[in-house]
Amino acid sequence: MSEPLSPVVVGAGPAGIRAAERLVRAGLRPIVLDEGQRAGGQIYRRPLVEDGRSYRGRYGSEAGKAQRLHQAFEALLPQIDYRPETLVWNISHSERGNQLDILSAGVHRQVDFSHLILCTGATDRVLPFPGWTVPGAYTLGASQTALKAQGCTVGDRVVFMGSGPLLYLVAWQYMRAGARVQAVLDTAPLASKRHLLALAVHAPRIVALGVFYGLQLQLAGVKIRYGVRPEAVLGTSQVEGLRYRRRTPAGEVVESIACDALAYGFALRAETQLADLAGCRFHFDERDRVWLPERDVLGRTSRPDVYIAGDGSGIAGADAAEISGELAAMALLEDAGRASADVARLVAARNRILRQRDILEQAFPFPADWFETVPAETTLCRCEEITVAEVRRTIASGSITEINRLKALSRVGMGRCQGRMCSAGAAELLSGACGVTADKVGRLRAQAPVKPIPLNFGGGKPEAWS
Amino acid sequence: MSMNPLLRRRYRLDETPVPFVLNGVAETGRRGDTVLTAILSVSGSLRQSEFTGEKRAGFCLIGACQDCYVMMADGRRVRACSTALLPGMAFITDVGAMAEIGHE
Repeated sequence: MSEPLSPVVVGAGPAGIRAAERLVRAGLRPIVLDEGQRAGGQIYRRPLVEDGRSYRGRYGSEAGKAQRLHQAFEALLPQIDYRPETLVWNISHSERGNQLDILSAGVHRQVDFSHLILCTGATDRVLPFPGWTVPGAYTLGASQTALKAQGCTVGDRVVFMGSGPLLYLVAWQYMRAGARVQAVLDTAPLASKRHLLALAVHAPRIVALGVFYGLQLQLAGVKIRYGVRPEAVLGTSQVEGLRYRRRTPAGEVVESIACDALAYGFALRAETQLADLAGCRFHFDERDRVWLPERDVLGRTSRPDVYIAGDGSGIAGADAAEISGELAAMALLEDAGRASADVARLVAARNRILRQRDILEQAFPFPADWFETVPAETTLCRCEEITVAEVRRTIASGSITEINRLKALSRVGMGRCQGRMCSAGAAELLSGACGVTADKVGRLRAQAPVKPIPLNFGGGKPEAWS
Repeated sequence: MSMNPLLRRRYRLDETPVPFVLNGVAETGRRGDTVLTAILSVSGSLRQSEFTGEKRAGFCLIGACQDCYVMMADGRRVRACSTALLPGMAFITDVGAMAEIGHE
């Protein structure tokens, strides 16, 4: 007989729920640790109380998927050990084996695991510019979360800026919710959208939805601009507007627009801190200009007892996350000698989505030239309030060529967010200063605790798992 | 300086009121609110930054950026975007406003 398994799934979004479901089907009872209050993750996030909206009203075109995932989770509940509002802040090893350090309701506990499936999701990828810390400036994902989970809009006259399909979707959702969309400012040139024609062959539904949102915004008279770079948020204690420049056939023009909130972002970045603490090997992903845990097609990492799935293993979206969660669980079961499953169909389905993502990235490219025009007095690190100029000085005076060295000497990435909001910017800035590509400046290493925890809890000794 | 509320409610308008205290003043949130929603539906910021004293009002709303920490009247700090509002909670987001109340 094989050893008893005690698998732990971290995260309860599309990947985590499907992973847990596959383990349950094999007769296991996984522990599912969720930082959220209710399962669903960020994309299918649920409100704290019902607010009268239907699934259609809250999740739009993805209502069916959201409802199916929530129902799947409710059906799983009696067969899993689900812990909401639980932060995993460290991974450690003792004579007892492997443990996760968790914080829940102010109490520190340790959880043993034989196998770990990390489904830690993603956050907005953001870049700094003057005024990005002013109240009223939010990430694009934040603006959507406010509406989806809390039934609020950030501001009433809102500007949307950035790159990515979410830009048009959230602007449309805000318009439907009654907010005034002042403008949609796409940082990508209009010419990049020609790639959507290629995408239409593979994913007609995605393109049709995008065209629908864009047309509806235009019909409502919303200003849509391409090739935009922001100059500054107007207002100091609150957002009062945005000044930006854009390329036109006649040359570059500078324009201003009034608004009381700004939502911006450049697609997503994977949350990989726990994979790092687990000791997984990383590789540099050229497309997303970011370090990601190495994984095989099923989600095996370089560490035999750790698996990874969903956007935390590389941005591919919710549909791919559901598939990769199931695949990671199947790999785990196979490795533990419990089942050998036919994965070919699921792998093929995920690969189709990955190919679509490659085209989407061309239609909504990352603004790689960002730091060529960001003023020196711009805050780069929101937590420690360090400016671009200070970081450039530190780089120059210390002849720094490596990102962890930059962190040690400048404190960028050392604050409360642990580099989540500034690491993309810091890497671009350092590689630019060194005249090398972003992969050459190294990877910002994760440190425990991966998020702030109280200093005094439990007197340092964890309480028993219960 | 008074500021406009940053958030605009679109749903749950008739939900059960939840009383809370902001800088010594009685305010009302709604059942189902996070602390962030309750405070920013009636005011324009959550805290002041440690180094420059800039006003801040959260950024990511999903517990990643840690920008939305709010001081409670009992000295605890909570992450406003991921903490549910409970009746009677008291927050201090503006030390200057509290000082004015103290002088009245």
